[in-house]
Amino acid sequence: MNIKEKIIEKVLAFCALITILTTVGIIAVLLYESFGFFREVPITDFLTGTEWTPLFADKNYGILPLVSGTLLTTFIAIAVALPVGLTIAIYLNEYAPKRFKKVLKPLLEVLAVVPTVVYGFFALMIVTPFLKLFITDLSGFNALSPGIVMGIMIIPFVSSLSEDALAAVPDSLRQASYGMGSTRFQTAFRVMVPAASSGIMVSIILALSRAIGETMIVAIAAGQTPVFTFDPTVPIETITAYIVKVSSGDVPQGTVAYQTIFAAGIMLFVVTFILNNISFWIKNRYQEKYE
Amino acid sequence: MDSETTSQQPKTSQVETKPKLNPNNRSFKLQAENIDVFYDDFQAIKDISLDIVENSITAFIGPSGCGKSTFLRLFNRMNDNIDGFHMNGKILIDNKNIYDESIKVEELRKKVGMVFQKPNPFPKSIYENVAYGLRIQGVKDEEFIENRVIESLKQATLYSEIEDNLDKQALSLSGGQQQRLCIARALAVKPSVLLMDEPTSALDPISSGKIEDLIHELKKEFTIVIVTHNMQQAARVSDNTAFLYMGNLVEYGDTQKIFTNPEKDRTQNYITGRFG
Repeated sequence: MNIKEKIIEKVLAFCALITILTTVGIIAVLLYESFGFFREVPITDFLTGTEWTPLFADKNYGILPLVSGTLLTTFIAIAVALPVGLTIAIYLNEYAPKRFKKVLKPLLEVLAVVPTVVYGFFALMIVTPFLKLFITDLSGFNALSPGIVMGIMIIPFVSSLSEDALAAVPDSLRQASYGMGSTRFQTAFRVMVPAASSGIMVSIILALSRAIGETMIVAIAAGQTPVFTFDPTVPIETITAYIVKVSSGDVPQGTVAYQTIFAAGIMLFVVTFILNNISFWIKNRYQEKYE
Repeated sequence: MDSETTSQQPKTSQVETKPKLNPNNRSFKLQAENIDVFYDDFQAIKDISLDIVENSITAFIGPSGCGKSTFLRLFNRMNDNIDGFHMNGKILIDNKNIYDESIKVEELRKKVGMVFQKPNPFPKSIYENVAYGLRIQGVKDEEFIENRVIESLKQATLYSEIEDNLDKQALSLSGGQQQRLCIARALAVKPSVLLMDEPTSALDPISSGKIEDLIHELKKEFTIVIVTHNMQQAARVSDNTAFLYMGNLVEYGDTQKIFTNPEKDRTQNYITGRFG
């Protein structure tokens, strides 16, 4: 019996260990391959260069065009998801009848489980032509359309997590606010939202790191032209889309061109890792406040 | 037995106790007329009528679930948002029915302040907590707000303890200080009525004592209604006491009389601790 228990314990620990080992393994490979890359390319050139042409004859390894592309689509996505998501969260928590909320919240979360490839061709085939009606010089590939679609995709991240944060605010604060003669709107925006602000921040950051890491939508609809620009109407390339392009192409292993995807990958990893840690840190502080 | 008490109660309280309740012919601030309250099918308040005189302290006592909190919250319409709440009868404040359609609930609540069972300051600074009521009314004059904040904190006997720390988080104060802050927050919009729903039940005896002293002070300016579980507290702070039991008003009258020589056996049993 005792031995059996011990075996079970070991098996369980091993399972937990696998996930940790995987993470460590990924980081190790990323570091190893990008180490090779940075032996060829000075890190200052990589971080400050505005030309990204590793697959051309005239090679340049400045990551900024990919970073600007990523930031641009991410910013557009957040600009869509934040106001809409937050409004939905406030509506669900302060205005909607309880029964309606029970139906609506899971329905909204369906948005997050639509396969991203569907969103991708939706952006390319429907949203871009639609936007062209208003912006006539919009390119077939651009940052705007996938940015908006990505924003729609991450609405549930913002709305669901913000709604959880709002619901965690003690009802006594709402009572206090109403007791002072506040309207619903004042209660929502002057009491509930500030009280839930750290939870709302967490939701935004998670949505942000989801948008930064999103690949399929931008690979399909944003183009494959790394330009250092913040113009949302022209074709761009994001870090993730570049990695897809090289991974699915025929770049020979061991070359510098091949190693660029690891350098780009570690860039992406560092950013999302930092964002996730910030949200973790905020979450911990937040939980102390009311419990 | 219930039908008997309910039908007789309003009469007794009107005929016998009204003169005692209103010794100096002061006007009635709050009046409840034949109030029934339902939560869906459950009747929480059964035909209660009662008048409260200006600048007095009235205590509602009774066992848990007797309806005293529900009754209190009628006076600032805080029951309105509860699912299944509906009522009959009238609540008059300064002779106006506050359940009339022409009454704006937000305006009503500015006149009728409320202090809750658990201190519930907003997660803002001390200063912003007290300023809140003025800010939502759209007051922009910062000097006016500051003066009112200090005045209210002084009135709530909190100012001397925190005068150098007005920017500190309200949640960093002790429970008793938080509750006095909530009182200051309610006072800052100059209400004329103050409703207190078991304001000391979450506090230690010393903090409770301070709040009781404060309530006594506030009586000069406000009409105060306090719900309490603590019979000694009711006896100490209030002028008049209403004893509620299972949604009925059993007895209402001069506090001294209720606690020394109550008319009803049920009141006698409750205040001597035989039930409840």
